[in-house]
Amino acid sequence: MANRIAEPPPPGAATPAPRASPIALLFKLGLPILAALLLIAIPSFLGDFRLGLAAKYLCLAFPAVAIVLIWGYGGILSLGQGIFFGLGGYMMAMFLKLEAAAQDNTGSALSQFYGSNLPDFMVWNSVEALPWWWLPFHHLWFTLGAIVIIPAVVAFALAYANFRKRVGGVYFSIITLALASIMAIVIIGQQGVTGGANGITDFKTFVGIDLDTESAKRGMYFTTVVLLLLSVLAGMFIIRSGFGKVLVAIRDREDRVRFSGYDPAMFKAFIFAVGAVISAIGGAMFTMQVGLASPSLVGIVPSIEMVIYAAVGGRLSLVGAVYGALIVGYAKTTFSENFAEHWFYFIGGLFILVTMFLPQGIAGLLDRFRASRDRN
Amino acid sequence: MAALILQVDGLTVSFDGFKAVDGLDFYVEQDELRCVIGPNGAGKTTLLDMICGKTKPSSGTIKFRNLELSEMIEYQITRAGVGRKFQNPSVYEDLTVFENLEISYPKKRNVFGSLFFRRTDEIAGRIETQAEQIFLRDQLRTKAGLLSHGQKQWLEIGMLLMQEPELLLLDEPVAGMSPRERELTAELLNKITAGRSLVVIEHDMTFVRMIARKVTVLHQGKLLAEGTMDEVQADERVIETYLGH
Repeated sequence: MANRIAEPPPPGAATPAPRASPIALLFKLGLPILAALLLIAIPSFLGDFRLGLAAKYLCLAFPAVAIVLIWGYGGILSLGQGIFFGLGGYMMAMFLKLEAAAQDNTGSALSQFYGSNLPDFMVWNSVEALPWWWLPFHHLWFTLGAIVIIPAVVAFALAYANFRKRVGGVYFSIITLALASIMAIVIIGQQGVTGGANGITDFKTFVGIDLDTESAKRGMYFTTVVLLLLSVLAGMFIIRSGFGKVLVAIRDREDRVRFSGYDPAMFKAFIFAVGAVISAIGGAMFTMQVGLASPSLVGIVPSIEMVIYAAVGGRLSLVGAVYGALIVGYAKTTFSENFAEHWFYFIGGLFILVTMFLPQGIAGLLDRFRASRDRN
Repeated sequence: MAALILQVDGLTVSFDGFKAVDGLDFYVEQDELRCVIGPNGAGKTTLLDMICGKTKPSSGTIKFRNLELSEMIEYQITRAGVGRKFQNPSVYEDLTVFENLEISYPKKRNVFGSLFFRRTDEIAGRIETQAEQIFLRDQLRTKAGLLSHGQKQWLEIGMLLMQEPELLLLDEPVAGMSPRERELTAELLNKITAGRSLVVIEHDMTFVRMIARKVTVLHQGKLLAEGTMDEVQADERVIETYLGH
């Protein structure tokens, strides 16, 4: 017995591949390959316009990574990830807008005319004073903190309240769907303080740095990539920890987990909150780089597109989610340039095809290919 | 008389007016192995469901040591030291045997504890010893979903033992097992009863005879008879309602 104890099994090791096939290597090096692609290959080969597009898709990869954690491992299908993407995006927009409005040279003729420092859309809507909840967003540190903390608190409270009452599965999906829709409706309806259907746009600087310069754009691209890679790393840490094992157990047999002494509601709410934070960071980076926070990134359609990114990449693969967002995002741009009206049919068809024939997405396809090679 | 570990008094539950368990009194002593038998619908599984918190009783009390279990929820009851094995083996099929046992280790069961859980040599050794005891030493790296039915039953018993419970509730632990596997399981149950109490529901009378010291017979949610196997088999009412068929 003593011998056996002295030789503990490898901690959480995946089943080792018998031979190191090229595809097995690809899996092992998934994260380094992605990092090299995003940090070296894409910035060196793409022009500024295409780099801007890549940055935009990468921002949408954040919610896709979040959905892998929440849905792939936690078994919670969130059809409202746009809520948290939007929360992050709008909070960043408030900060940028206030900074733009505070500058004398904003060129906003109406603001000048009224002699006010209000954001332009408030002036157009005859709002006379800044709402109190806008005030703290004058401060950078408050804004950055709020982008992380507010989505986490909202997501945790929402999820825990539901899961504690054992509302889950498709009912929870419908609740998230409805909330995404409500949030878009509220933003559009409260035009005076939210910018309405047009969103909040026309930013100038971020803590004094002109957002419209080449170096600022490159800087934001690299910031996005680093934050995205950190999110993937955090996700990997969670999946490989004891928490990740409990999460898989909850996904497959929630009833049984209670009798192993765990409170599933707490675990599910926690992973939902982690996903919300990751999504919100993506939303904030999106607003900075695209120069827009809009209800069209909050509602049902974008939320479902985010699920499709994760499904295409492979819902059990954090790295795959990033490729899913890049591929579908690029396809969307190409398609909408040429056949805009058919895009919805295309993406709907894509989702059905992936669900039916590639339930584990691109990552699953590679996995299957590897398995068949190993067998031969 | 040894101290009581479980004390069920006047327990009743009704589903839409049907009383699955009806005014039942049921006592289990420390270190006792109790078998519960009875025809289908006698309320055996429902009794275990109420003890472990899966079903809430309509009335009555369930005292475990000095805790009132009917006021607690499932994971609290588990943490207090009650382990439950279900009728259909319930293991985590996507996890390996090792991981199934590890997840049942009774420490770090909150979010941050599990996030920063580090496996020590002591825990790894404990898992291996446990696997040895449930005859799965060579299957540690196998996904639980690939085990045979009988092996899944053993794994679930092993998961309960990892939890270090003081009271184990086993619902048909040998269903789907070969005669040889049944013998091994009987040995296992006889061994693990040292230091803890077991309540076993079983239909297989040969198996019951292998493990039972005291048998409780339920019928239509009520207590019909209680005593040694020979006593209950000689009981007129038991013969009439159950064994006689």
